[in-house]
Amino acid sequence: MLAHSLFFYFFSTVAVFASIMVTVSRNTVYSVFFLILVFISISILFIMIGAEFLGMIMLIVYVGAVAILFLFVVMMLNITEQITKRPIRKGFINNISVGSIVGVIIFLELLVAVGGWKYKGTFVSLSDINLNLAISNTHALGNVLYTDYIHLFQISGMILLVAMIGAITLTFSKRENIKRQSYFNQIQREKDSAVSLVEVESGKGVKLDD
Amino acid sequence: MIYISTFFSEIYKIVFLLLPVLVSIALIVWLDRRVWAFVQKRKGPNVVGPFGILQTLADALKFIFKEIIIPASANKVIFVLAPIITLTLALTAWAVIPFSNEMVLANINVGILYLFAISSLSVYGIIMGGWASNSKYPFLGAIRSAAQMVSYEVSIGIIIVNVLLCVGSLNLNKIVLAQENVWFIFPLFPMFVVFFISALAETNRPPFDLPEAESELVAGYQTEYSGMMYAMFWLGEYANILLLCALGSILFLGGWLSPIDIYPLNLLPGVFWLIFKILGLFILFSLVKAIVPRYRFDQLMRLGWKIFLPLSLIWVVLTASFLFFLDMLPVTG
Repeated sequence: MLAHSLFFYFFSTVAVFASIMVTVSRNTVYSVFFLILVFISISILFIMIGAEFLGMIMLIVYVGAVAILFLFVVMMLNITEQITKRPIRKGFINNISVGSIVGVIIFLELLVAVGGWKYKGTFVSLSDINLNLAISNTHALGNVLYTDYIHLFQISGMILLVAMIGAITLTFSKRENIKRQSYFNQIQREKDSAVSLVEVESGKGVKLDD
Repeated sequence: MIYISTFFSEIYKIVFLLLPVLVSIALIVWLDRRVWAFVQKRKGPNVVGPFGILQTLADALKFIFKEIIIPASANKVIFVLAPIITLTLALTAWAVIPFSNEMVLANINVGILYLFAISSLSVYGIIMGGWASNSKYPFLGAIRSAAQMVSYEVSIGIIIVNVLLCVGSLNLNKIVLAQENVWFIFPLFPMFVVFFISALAETNRPPFDLPEAESELVAGYQTEYSGMMYAMFWLGEYANILLLCALGSILFLGGWLSPIDIYPLNLLPGVFWLIFKILGLFILFSLVKAIVPRYRFDQLMRLGWKIFLPLSLIWVVLTASFLFFLDMLPVTG
């Protein structure tokens, strides 16, 4: 257990340090890299408590897809401009009041969540399935997710789909005057319709588009 | 004391996994160039050692003795970090590859997800290198590469779902053992084709080598790299190619299983069968490189999102309903 707790404290320290650095670091690209470090150390913590499926999904979804899109956007910004300009302290008071309100709300929510853990035994569970420790947690998760929670699962998927379609329709603009290629037309082009042999009278030349 | 002995035995195992992988990367680079030359009726590297087999070693020596140049306007930390991350990620993924029923470094429950996670992380090396170079061509290459790899990961993920439906486990060894009667390439052949093409795109191999398209982007994300740092990118790239070949042979070609379980064939240990399968897939990779011209970027995106993604999704539905209605779903436990 010694090695286990050593690793736990190491990775949780890394996670806390990196999440502080996300907000502190001047360079936005560094912020995203620290965010990635947070995701990775959190997924390692998941794996350490035996939730290897959640840990790997965390790596695949957050680090492999979401953070890349963050990085994508942030790298498009002009970084050199940001570094030379010192951050303006003008809106500091406004920001700190809003920030502290949000912080206090999140802290209270965490308190409720952690405090509620004490009464876990008295809650009526939505699922009747007893957790079987013999099967791997991927199977256990699947057994619950696709039986008792199937509607919630489907609804969350639908919400994501709607959000995706909404984002696409908001940003999509149909542009005119663009040469579009049709692969089928290009491949189906035959010699007869493309090339023709013309008898040319001397001195007259050939007129195109006849 | 237990910790120390475990530590050393693990180190021993890791070294004896990594050394063969690194040596085989060197050989595979040589093989790639030979196959490429063979298709184009050239000779290829044939001077250093017998059949030129030591050519990669000579190249590596050359890279080691070359100067590492870091551009003045580059972001130095990330610039140095990028090739290291590429190579490390490509090598760590080998930890879960089963070479036979017992020969596997980490026989974890979620092996296939681990491989998938590692291959989705490998885009970071490229995107970091491209951004940190602080120059136009590498940046364009990195942006292209990120878009390309993220798109093709989606279809690779859904193809993996197809295989998992037939197996009922995320463990790589169980995936191999589920193919004892029939390799998954036969029932899932269209998915194998899609997987192969997506693997080409995922590893930035021709015809999808747009991140380093030399005719438009000089060398893409590698433009500013030199010496050993360039060599690390290069090694990482080939390690990734080899890894996806291994993944393909585990998912579709029965991993370390022999083709038919009869007397002379099953004498050969599983490692050799896996190596033969990886080599076969790799030769296909290099043949494609020699034969097919490079795709345009919009064609690449169209292929990924409009053809492969719907096709593999439909195939998931087909596989699932087929297994469900014929009552062939694997028993989980």
